[in-house]
Amino acid sequence: MTFGSAKDKEVVKAFWTKLAPKADDVGADALSRMLAVYPQTKTYFAHWKDLSPGSAPVKKHGKTVMGGVADAVGKIDDLTAGLLDLSELHAFTLRVDPANFKILSHNILVVLAIVFPNEFTPEVHVALDKFLGALSRALAEKYR
Amino acid sequence: MRHSAFFLKPEEKEKNAAMVEWTEQERSIITNIFGNLDYEDVGSKALSRCLIVYPWTQRYFASFGNLYNAEAIKTNPNIAAHGTKVLHGLDRAVKNMDNIKATYAELSVLHSEKLHVDPDNFKLLADCLTIVIAAKLGSAFSPEIQAVPLKSAACATGEELWPLFMCVTSFQMKK
Repeated sequence: MTFGSAKDKEVVKAFWTKLAPKADDVGADALSRMLAVYPQTKTYFAHWKDLSPGSAPVKKHGKTVMGGVADAVGKIDDLTAGLLDLSELHAFTLRVDPANFKILSHNILVVLAIVFPNEFTPEVHVALDKFLGALSRALAEKYR
Repeated sequence: MRHSAFFLKPEEKEKNAAMVEWTEQERSIITNIFGNLDYEDVGSKALSRCLIVYPWTQRYFASFGNLYNAEAIKTNPNIAAHGTKVLHGLDRAVKNMDNIKATYAELSVLHSEKLHVDPDNFKLLADCLTIVIAAKLGSAFSPEIQAVPLKSAACATGEELWPLFMCVTSFQMKK
């Protein structure tokens, strides 16, 4: 999966250096919002004791998810190859409907607007939206 | 009313949309947020962000002047004025929360018959508006507040459509 122009990649990588130190919190908040605002996503986490915003399982999983995003930033030049294992995991084990990737991506962007009100400009927004879209498509590669 | 609205039949969606019932808390969340918004600032930022992030939406603004790049869009006075107009349109729904469908009947026909706007675009603008409001309110824009429109029956698509009023506008169009 090729993603964006050289400029897009530059913008994403530059913003990621600002984001990286707060990645865990961003992940936890994005996941909390997804579960609260789109309750259908809770169906994937029925095995958790506590699905409320900021709960322990949510925080832990937010960290895991953002670890995946960090990985993707590092493999931005070939997301399909780079995310092969994760794609297989989501396709065969987790079986998450890919429509949900869009939902989580949206919530990540909302949290970025909150945490970085000045740096999350429209130009950064479009590059990140494209990146998360490409990431989602790479994750869905192995589904069928 | 089934929550997973994706599977609703048209007549069920119609019924749901007519059955909007706001709790006191939802009313106060919505009126508080809109009451404290600078419509000019938020409107212009949301619209220009939409045109930058989703450039195909520029198709509806061919007569608005220079939209060649992000800077041009951000400083275009016609876009800024129109963004403000959109927020004032939303204000009408906020002031008529129990009667959004009727309040928006004319606007819905305008967007469908005259402007020929693909209703999917309302979601794109709504997403940008969410992000602009989130940037303004910071952590005060809690998950509970973000979730308010979803609880409304009028949001027949089951998606977050903040503000949900855009959903009603597009709903009218699908008939």
